[in-house]
Amino acid sequence: MVFLTGDLGFMALEPLQAAMAQRFINAGVAEQNMVSVAAAMAREGLEPWVYSIAPFCYARPFEQIRNDVAFHNLRVRLIGNGGGYGYGVQGPTHHAVEDYGVLLTLPNMRALVPVFDQDVPDVVTRAGETTGPVYLRLGRGEPPAGYAPPSYAPWRQLTAGGGAVVVGVGPLVGTYIEPFAALPEETRPNLWAACELPLGANPPPAALLDQIAKSRRLLVVEEHVARGGAGAELALMALQQGWPVEDFRHLCASGRIHPTYGSQAFLRLQSGLDPASMLEAAGPQTGKGRG
Amino acid sequence: MHFDAGVGHIGGNLSCLDALMVLHHEFIGADDRFILSKGHSAGALYATLWSLGRLSDEQLKTFTRDDSVLGVHPPVSGIQDIRFATGSLGHGLSLAAGTAKALQLTGKPGRAFCLTSDGEWQEGSTYEALVFAIHHRLANLTILIDHNRLQGFGSTGEVASMDPLAQRFSGFDVDIAVVDGHDPEAIREALSVTDRLRIVVLDTHKGHGVSFMQDRMEWHYLPIDDAQYRQAVAEIESR
Repeated sequence: MVFLTGDLGFMALEPLQAAMAQRFINAGVAEQNMVSVAAAMAREGLEPWVYSIAPFCYARPFEQIRNDVAFHNLRVRLIGNGGGYGYGVQGPTHHAVEDYGVLLTLPNMRALVPVFDQDVPDVVTRAGETTGPVYLRLGRGEPPAGYAPPSYAPWRQLTAGGGAVVVGVGPLVGTYIEPFAALPEETRPNLWAACELPLGANPPPAALLDQIAKSRRLLVVEEHVARGGAGAELALMALQQGWPVEDFRHLCASGRIHPTYGSQAFLRLQSGLDPASMLEAAGPQTGKGRG
Repeated sequence: MHFDAGVGHIGGNLSCLDALMVLHHEFIGADDRFILSKGHSAGALYATLWSLGRLSDEQLKTFTRDDSVLGVHPPVSGIQDIRFATGSLGHGLSLAAGTAKALQLTGKPGRAFCLTSDGEWQEGSTYEALVFAIHHRLANLTILIDHNRLQGFGSTGEVASMDPLAQRFSGFDVDIAVVDGHDPEAIREALSVTDRLRIVVLDTHKGHGVSFMQDRMEWHYLPIDDAQYRQAVAEIESR
């Protein structure tokens, strides 16, 4: 195993650096070279893990990921920290709201997006078991206080009731648990977290499809732009497979370059991803129109 | 091959063919690795592999045909001696550096050889790779540069003030040799140094050996017609 970082990890990766010794390589501020070096190492039978903050991990070296890693189906694990609006006030150059959509256009590519901090060891294990390239979009888990997340699985139901089906990606999902739990059971949404993309490789479970058949409402939420996201994939799946969805909505990152800076919570609010916007979209009082 | 296929990139194939032949026939062994960073010279590499018996006559005849693994640029898979599909410039040196680093980390014998073009040194990633190779003291890496001074739409001097190229590397802590890239003995001597990271700048001519092609930029891209092909063959056979 070899760990490569693009000069990021100060105050975080020092223990890993000490443990891995010469197998820990700070490849410097040179992400294109880092990814091709990792591809060559994988070609030689090593197991490279490549780390940077999310935008520098996939956007700068995209052609290296495409030509050198994905075309050759090499076991390179790309770890992007702070996916979505995770680096809030650092500004749009540090945001990654199109990362997995862009990457999943490539052959052989998979993306893993944990919801809770407790998922990370399982997600890392899943990435390690993957035979081709994989992208880990990491973020800070945001469960309600005192919440015990269910064990990791590609699909997990986090709230249950007689309301709409809500499918979400990433830590954002954790912010809806408490508001949904406060709703009466008959109108409470069935909140699902999907962690492994593309969804076609891990189709939604039968229980989720049963809930769609009952509520006829499907809402997808993700801190990612509409194009290339899980919403587009689920909408296509629904049409191709004839799911009885009468009300489909997609809450997603606007992708707009905001004129002002702000925290991750502020930027989610600008895109209507905050819990109040979610309650309005998925709660019992709406369902009249299509979002 | 190129005449039969009706494709171009002949000039850059002829400028590096001598170096590819010496390198593959005399230096690359079972433990060694070769990366063709200037992927548009895949034809010269196929011809070299054919001369070693690594590709058959029948395989060579499929060059650029439908359903052939022998494209204008090296394929993703299907030829054991080709480790990476190149063609977009600026990737190969990083791939070679990563290969050399992997051999270094695992304590394996063998050397990584990489052939780049000269115009390719306008890609920033090439310098990222050079910095990495020097920093990691990749003594098991040899970088060959086909310095034919002509790129796709001008000369390397006109386009980017990169002639002579070797001067661009003078600030780097790396061993540099500049040799006649069409003189087998000079190439042999330069490649014989294997105890250090070395850049071998091959002074070459685009379209070498064919009078109407030599040092003419248009032969970066142009295919060859029937009369030109007959003249080129006659000139090469008379040498």
